[in-house]
Amino acid sequence: MTSDRLGIRMRISTIGYCLKQGLKNIWRNKMFSLASIATMSACIFLFGIFFAVVQNFQSIVREAEEAVTMIVYFEKGTSQEIMDAVGEEIKTRDGVASVQFVTPEQAWDSFKGVYFAERPELAEGFADDNPLVDYAHYEVYLNDVSLQADLVTYIESLEGVRRVRASQEVADILSNFNLLVGYISIAVILLLLCVSVFLISNTVTIGIAVRKEEIAIMRLIGATNSFIKAPFVVEGILIGLIGAALPLGLLYYLYNSLTGYLEEQFNLLTGFMKFLPVNELFEILLPTGMLLGVGIGFFGSFFTIRKHLRV
Amino acid sequence: MIDLDNVTKAYAKGTHALNGISLHIDKGEFVFITGSSGSGKSTLIKLLLKELEPTSGTIKVNGITLGRMKNRAIPKYRRMLGVVFQDFRLLKDRNVYDNIAFAQRVVITPTKQIRKNVPAMLSLVGLAEKYKSFPRQLSGGEQQRVALARALVNSPKILLADEPTGNLDPKNSKEIMRLLEIINERGTTVVVVTHNQEIVDEMKKRVIVLDKGVIVHDERQAGYTYAD
Repeated sequence: MTSDRLGIRMRISTIGYCLKQGLKNIWRNKMFSLASIATMSACIFLFGIFFAVVQNFQSIVREAEEAVTMIVYFEKGTSQEIMDAVGEEIKTRDGVASVQFVTPEQAWDSFKGVYFAERPELAEGFADDNPLVDYAHYEVYLNDVSLQADLVTYIESLEGVRRVRASQEVADILSNFNLLVGYISIAVILLLLCVSVFLISNTVTIGIAVRKEEIAIMRLIGATNSFIKAPFVVEGILIGLIGAALPLGLLYYLYNSLTGYLEEQFNLLTGFMKFLPVNELFEILLPTGMLLGVGIGFFGSFFTIRKHLRV
Repeated sequence: MIDLDNVTKAYAKGTHALNGISLHIDKGEFVFITGSSGSGKSTLIKLLLKELEPTSGTIKVNGITLGRMKNRAIPKYRRMLGVVFQDFRLLKDRNVYDNIAFAQRVVITPTKQIRKNVPAMLSLVGLAEKYKSFPRQLSGGEQQRVALARALVNSPKILLADEPTGNLDPKNSKEIMRLLEIINERGTTVVVVTHNQEIVDEMKKRVIVLDKGVIVHDERQAGYTYAD
């Protein structure tokens, strides 16, 4: 057998040993491990609920943002070339979702549709003389309302532009709401992270205390630090993994059932809000939740070991 | 194999566990270190294991100067040593086989090799049939033999035994000493710290006597005469 193959086999048996010891640690400290898994599950569950609510809110906000429009009017007599150039300029800006050019004819048709719908004969007097001949304009749709104020200033500075009509109030409310949701997310996630790290750290500390004698023997025999530490890191990662997988599974089931039930029972809801499909939500929630669990488990145990197992 | 040059170990309270001792132990030697309680015997073992650092002086083991050794090199150094203690220090939740295999796993020995080495060691210490027993099911002498097998399974160059017969009756003590002699005859340097006068007298090996941290006698093929 070559030394490389021997090396690989030795590594595999060492990984197997560390995994086995990690599982044994969990089994030996059943109560503490269970407490850690339960708390980690609760944290990830809360995170999942929060994430689902935030994602759904953001989806609603996104839809609302998409409905926010700016209207760009031109000076009298502005040539079509200049208007086209302005349209191209606007399209290239950040925060712009789409730009639609409305001709004076389309503007007049739309006006007639709104104001003369019941008495179309009143509009016939304007048949050959469109009163909105100088009202060709752009409808600008946004995907980030927080950039609206800058965009208005920029567009107003372009050649031929007379006025930009936009509701700053709606833009402010939406961008402030987005910011608030962002801050609350960060605060809750940080809090949950701290609680989970503390609990994992506690469990690993107890594990180290229980295995104090074994660790002392390992050192005397010539175990390397990483060999001594590995089972504890494995223990932390496993607790994180189990603690994340359980609540995520439960959340998947609950979200699917609850949104289905709500949409079925309260048809009115569907008029102004639509729940994100469970698979779309879990595309991000599943890897994030698992990574969070494993990450908390890894760092919680790693730093505790560094503190307690100094040679 | 082991060289101590003017080694002093003082503790925080100002007491000197070892006070400028120098000694040389050859490869393949069998040495008893004796002396009354507090004479510095256990401190000497801890210094050799690099569990403690000397306050001054130099310790060389197998050509390695311990004072210059980096922390990350300590595990590799300790693999050169086998250690046996008075209280056996076996893992109570593992059976005899696993206690010995544990020492091999720690130094990352392939499982196939462990399966060969552990039974061989158990045969050497006469416990081949008790490989499934747990420490609580064994007598003191048997537990010490398991500890000895664990110390030897990684083929150490030096075996350090700190009061290996301290918890054993005379019959078991003699058996353990006979095993240590066999191990020594196979080429391992053996250093035994002991209070056991009868054994020291009977074995006629080199005896180093410590008193208040100083070597008061160092004689080949000696007895316990000078210890107290």
